[in-house]
Amino acid sequence: MRLVNGLIDWVDARLPVVNTYKKHMSEYYAPKNFNFWYYFGVLSMVVLINQLLTGIWLTMFYSPSDGFGSVEYIMRDVQWGWLIRYMHAVGASAFFAVVYLHMFRGLLYGSYKPPRELVWIFGMLIYVALMAEGFLGYVLPWGNMSYWGAQVIISLAGAIPFDMLPFIDAKDAKEIGEALTTWVRGDYLLSTATVNKFFALHVVAIPLVLVALVFLHILALHEVGSNNPDGVEIKQNKDENGIPRDGIPFHPYYTVKDLPGVIVFLMIFAVVIFFFPTGGGYLIEKPNFVAANPLKTPDHIAPVWYYGPYYAMLRATTIEWFSMSAKSWGLIAMGGGIVVLFLLPWLDRHPVKSIRYKGWLSKTLLLIFALDFLMLGFLGTQPASGLYKTLAQIGTVYYFLFFFIGLPLAHRFEKSKPVPERVTGGH
Amino acid sequence: MSNDGVNTSRRTFLIGLTSAVGAVGAIGAAVPFVKSWQPSAKAENAGAPVEVDASKLEMGQRVVAEWRGQPIWVVRRTDDMIANLDKLNGELKDPQSKEDQQPPYAANEWRSIKKEYLVLIGICTHLGCSPLFEEEPTVELKYGGFFCPCHGSKFDLAGRVYQGVPAPTNLVVPPHSYVSDAVIIVGSEEGETKA
Amino acid sequence: MKKLVVALLFSCLPAFASAAGGHDVELEKAPVNLQDKVSLQNGAKLFVNYCMGCHSLEYLRYGRMADDLGMPDALTLKYLNFTTDKIGDQMKNGMSAEDGKAWFGNPPPDLSLAARHRSSDWIYSYLIGFYEDDARPYGYNNHVFPSVGMPHVMAGMQQDLSEEEFESNMGDITNFLTYAAEPIAPTRERIGVYVLVFLAILLIPAYLLKKEYWKDVH
Repeated sequence: MRLVNGLIDWVDARLPVVNTYKKHMSEYYAPKNFNFWYYFGVLSMVVLINQLLTGIWLTMFYSPSDGFGSVEYIMRDVQWGWLIRYMHAVGASAFFAVVYLHMFRGLLYGSYKPPRELVWIFGMLIYVALMAEGFLGYVLPWGNMSYWGAQVIISLAGAIPFDMLPFIDAKDAKEIGEALTTWVRGDYLLSTATVNKFFALHVVAIPLVLVALVFLHILALHEVGSNNPDGVEIKQNKDENGIPRDGIPFHPYYTVKDLPGVIVFLMIFAVVIFFFPTGGGYLIEKPNFVAANPLKTPDHIAPVWYYGPYYAMLRATTIEWFSMSAKSWGLIAMGGGIVVLFLLPWLDRHPVKSIRYKGWLSKTLLLIFALDFLMLGFLGTQPASGLYKTLAQIGTVYYFLFFFIGLPLAHRFEKSKPVPERVTGGH
Repeated sequence: MSNDGVNTSRRTFLIGLTSAVGAVGAIGAAVPFVKSWQPSAKAENAGAPVEVDASKLEMGQRVVAEWRGQPIWVVRRTDDMIANLDKLNGELKDPQSKEDQQPPYAANEWRSIKKEYLVLIGICTHLGCSPLFEEEPTVELKYGGFFCPCHGSKFDLAGRVYQGVPAPTNLVVPPHSYVSDAVIIVGSEEGETKA
Repeated sequence: MKKLVVALLFSCLPAFASAAGGHDVELEKAPVNLQDKVSLQNGAKLFVNYCMGCHSLEYLRYGRMADDLGMPDALTLKYLNFTTDKIGDQMKNGMSAEDGKAWFGNPPPDLSLAARHRSSDWIYSYLIGFYEDDARPYGYNNHVFPSVGMPHVMAGMQQDLSEEEFESNMGDITNFLTYAAEPIAPTRERIGVYVLVFLAILLIPAYLLKKEYWKDVH
């Protein structure tokens, strides 16, 4: 024991181990009233670790020059390869599921509002990196859905309206777009050259960025402290020792609280992995069980569910405005749908943070927004036809109205409830 | 927050219990990751037993097969060759094959199941070169044998190492068996392993 | 708030219940039972004899099939294989893609993953879906796959057997292809039960631990 303590002292004199542990675990004071929604941060971390571990293992067996064959090699020939692969593939969907719920938590309780703007921005950057990571990873199994999904997304680069820039006419814009798509593919068609490139980005570049961003996200959070379902700043009410009266040390209280949450999550995760690994075609699509075929598009091309909302916005835009093509507008809608989330801390002008104390209008608008997002997600995975198309258009309009009209103005038309001094509840 | 009346022993017990069960889970979760490093079905297939038909081999000649990336020698020894094995015992390090360099069924003086057929992994036990086959007597090997060109190790026609050479042990006899009189299956003991 | 969440979650369930991708043709329900070794063995035998001349099972190995279906290696090599002498080899066939293209318009696809790409029901309905049609080069057409390039290779069998026997045979082929598409499936589900039981056990002390510590929080 003396030896261990001696070692800790030796290291601590050279590296702030004890201080770091205190700052982020045993003396990081988190509000005591975290509820169900506060599990999704730690769950994102769990899934991230799952993805990193299984991902590293998959790279040991995957080969970009035979993407499809090597995935089946993993599924059948590598001992336990099937489990590692399912954990990774289902993990991708789980990642988005927990991240979406984590983000919705922010929306519910105003966790992006001052002083937590940077926490939110880093979170959004994680989200964008995650979408890139998901897309790149989706291409690697090199099934027919991988191929055509990549084809559609890469073609989007050709829809960037460069002719909006001065001195570039439509013809030049088209050429720039084509040059860009060729550059991304590294070939005149999607090929092994593309897969190799995506592989490097998927397994090295983006994960590095992701991990760095997660680090910053948590660092920024621990600087300003966690928000809570009441939106009360616990740091404004400290006891004589300088400890927030409504705060409890993260460790052990939230570590032991998160643990059962993580176990329950793992149970749900395990049910999907072991009993519904393809998720009825929503997690691993049927057309991806046949190798990439440049001559045959699957009957129904749809993105994985987690891109659904943005894909629905992309397709919903069918009108040419201001001499710009519908394709370009679609791209703007899709990109705008993501960019607008970055602006959230400044768009929300409500004096109250938590939905608990906002008025009926804010509550209604947020509820509709949540339903709208789910609807768009569903529509994105379905063929665009008559009614669905109209719904997607209405949904897209509402999406933007919520951010540009609802959030900045709702408080003027409603009466908020008084926000308490101290947090409520605590179990 | 208050720490009055904390049941420390209960906490310690629950921490221990959760950690113990959790540790079992961690070990279980590690199994797939560890096992995936084992040879895959593809590798198993590539390393599957190899059949060598030695019936058409001329007396005193050798055939080389490949098994798991190693040269496998099958030598059909003449009666003379077999008779000469005895005469060398004094010059060898391990004439009785006491070192565990062969399966039990080849742990005899002639180091094979049948005296006629010698089966060896053709890799020098010194540093992994593949020795040369000398069927005729040479200056180094008065009754023939194997001579390693890398560092001059010498083996007789049972793969037994000479004294005073760098190689420490006899050449390795791979697991093998007979599916018929002269058809040897290397890497499998499902056939006959008795003479 | 909690009720609202639950309501939200349930509202998206119907969306997930309807599986992705619709079919125009009504499909027959395939009699899939991966525990039925007799059916799987019969399916394997029929597949090798009727289908494998053109369709490979590239991702399945003879040895794996023999183990999973409870057949001795030697018999498998002797009766269920025409191309190799190694039990660990993949179930490929001798037809080149070029020949296939020349003979049938398209090279006959590898069927290792057919049951996951199409569905077991699709395969079954396809196999029992051939009908006579003089307009087609081989004299047969298919309900599920109109103008299919594949000849009705089991026409003879269909004539010789009763409808029931024939459908039972086609069911066995479907069962076998379902197995071939994911040989690990039964093992996967078995392990899944162990994992869930373990996690449920782990949850007990973890939950008690949480309760114990949170006694401090008022």
